[in-house]
Amino acid sequence: MDGVDAVFRAISDPTRRILVEELAERDGQTLFELCVRLISRHGLDVSRQAVAKHLDVLEGAGLVRVRREGRYRLHTLDRAPLRAAWDEWFRPLVQPDDPNKE
Amino acid sequence: MRINLASVFVDDQVKALAFYTDVLGFEKKTDLPAGEARWLTVVSPEDPDGVELVLEPDGHPAVGPFKRALIADGIPFTSFAVTDVSAEHARLAAAGVEFTQPPTVMGPVTTAIFDDTCGNLIQIASMASA
Repeated sequence: MDGVDAVFRAISDPTRRILVEELAERDGQTLFELCVRLISRHGLDVSRQAVAKHLDVLEGAGLVRVRREGRYRLHTLDRAPLRAAWDEWFRPLVQPDDPNKE
Repeated sequence: MRINLASVFVDDQVKALAFYTDVLGFEKKTDLPAGEARWLTVVSPEDPDGVELVLEPDGHPAVGPFKRALIADGIPFTSFAVTDVSAEHARLAAAGVEFTQPPTVMGPVTTAIFDDTCGNLIQIASMASA
């Protein structure tokens, strides 16, 4: 699955949308911090393994990048696939006469 | 029965004692020879007869992989109570302490997570807002 399809599949899940939103608030989070945010801020009953799998899906769609910084694994949001989804699918529908559309 | 000890595995007891006292502000309570290492504990000056934290050597071969796996995922080994997480964060950051998570409101608590320089992440937490 490539491009826009992978992005839509990734954000079809509400937990993964929350992960995207939490990373948009603060980049460079550990798995633990993301788990605590889901549980304490959103009342989600999720295991660390489940969150790791959700992050794998987001990473597969290019929305999350994992980098090693020293001994930590940090997750950052890549907004480029969201922009691509907007440009390829949303914008032509909601702004059909937009002179700037590609 | 009551709980009187908690422990953290440290990679160097001398370095750990310096960090936990000089930087964090705990006080040395017990320091006894124990084979190759020492029986070394610190307490909070706010509760000198309270729970002692054992600075325990991490030489057992299983401990290294365990600590590295926790650190990689950002999991704190333990948590200390503070009255104001933001103030502690400011104080410790000024002292050169590295934080993996700045003060963040997490539901009913505010938390932050720092590196103890001895192979552990430690959380500080306070109830209510930062």
